[in-house]
Amino acid sequence: MIPVLALIVGVVLGVILDPTVPAAVEPYLPIAVVAALDAVFGGVRAKLDGIFDDKQFVVSFISNVLVAGLIVWLGDQLGVGGQLSTGVVVVLGVRIFGNVAAIRRHLFRA
Amino acid sequence: MTNPQDNQPGPEQPDEADSARTDADAPASSGDVRGGFRGDFDAEQTIRLDRPTDDDDDEDIDADSADATASSTGVAAEDDAPEDQAEAEPTVGPAPAAESGAKKPAVKVSAATIVIAVLVGLLGFALIVQVRGTSEDSTLASARTDDLVRILSDLDSNENRVRQEIADLEQLKRELTAGSESADAARTAAEQRADELGILAGTLPAEGTGLTVRFSGQIRASRILDAVEELRNAGAEAMQISSGGGQAVRIIVSTYFQDADGGLNVGGTKLTGPYTITVIGDPATMKTALNIPGGVVATVSSDGGNVIVEDPGKVTVSALAAEPDLQYAQPAS
Repeated sequence: MIPVLALIVGVVLGVILDPTVPAAVEPYLPIAVVAALDAVFGGVRAKLDGIFDDKQFVVSFISNVLVAGLIVWLGDQLGVGGQLSTGVVVVLGVRIFGNVAAIRRHLFRA
Repeated sequence: MTNPQDNQPGPEQPDEADSARTDADAPASSGDVRGGFRGDFDAEQTIRLDRPTDDDDDEDIDADSADATASSTGVAAEDDAPEDQAEAEPTVGPAPAAESGAKKPAVKVSAATIVIAVLVGLLGFALIVQVRGTSEDSTLASARTDDLVRILSDLDSNENRVRQEIADLEQLKRELTAGSESADAARTAAEQRADELGILAGTLPAEGTGLTVRFSGQIRASRILDAVEELRNAGAEAMQISSGGGQAVRIIVSTYFQDADGGLNVGGTKLTGPYTITVIGDPATMKTALNIPGGVVATVSSDGGNVIVEDPGKVTVSALAAEPDLQYAQPAS
């Protein structure tokens, strides 16, 4: 419940404050958001599976974001940032789909 | 932060054990049990909202109770922390319903939940920021560095191409301007040449420095012809011969002189004396040529005629010859 409220609060804050993304993090923010989404869906699935672990969620959330950003940054340094970010998005998208499928099985038993 | 993180697995254990056990007890109604589990979670949050300041103490007590699970429930109770008791109890093994009932009033929200809330809130915030940033400016501000570099190089090459085009067009413009100028010059030259040729052919009137040569008395055609040839040798450029009645004939290359009754037939026109030849050319040279010993003046005088050479300065040759009508000759290119 608190995470849901926090999500709503974050969205509302984002709408109200409407900040400008600093140029330095601009390429990494979308990747970080997707990585965080992956972590959140994984957390929801673990919650439904009854194996949710706070520590694991926090660590996986932060490490997901950091690793995704690091990969893209590394790709930028190597000159393949666009391709690597595409690859990261694909991998995370596959994971998100898997997690959503598990959640769906839990909620709808189908 | 480190402390809550480290302690967290302890209090977390009961929940997992509880749900696992509940699943084992009533596998057919696992959905219901999960509902209850979520209800517990909500209860935690509610209480957390009520008592946000107790976190540190509670975490310490959590650690204690986790270390001594079976025997230390009393210790936790001494510390005026019913929620610890409630969390510790499941390991000892009360009924699930009782456990959730005991939790309700006392369970505090763990630091991990706060961290999770903060993280998820950050996610929502970043999500919205990214979405709005993308939707409000999908062009350059959000483009990657290499994309920008590519766009820039595209623009550069485009600019080079356009500049090249400008240079080509300017070059073409210069050429056309120069071409029209040279065409103007050529036309001017051609017109000038046509004028010169017209003067020489006798189709255009002419004026300039020259002489008037007046022949009086008995003059034969051969003397006039001699005078004309002498003047041509002296550089005459345009000539006409006029009779005493004012009739004038242009003298061109094909003009002939013939003796006729009481006069001359010049190019088909009958003239009567006295004759006046108006000639354009260098006056001094022509005057000298006419006056040389044994020349025109002397010959005419010996024949009984009289020649008067005058130098009036500027003279006008206004008589025109007929346009030549060429039948056979074509310009050879």
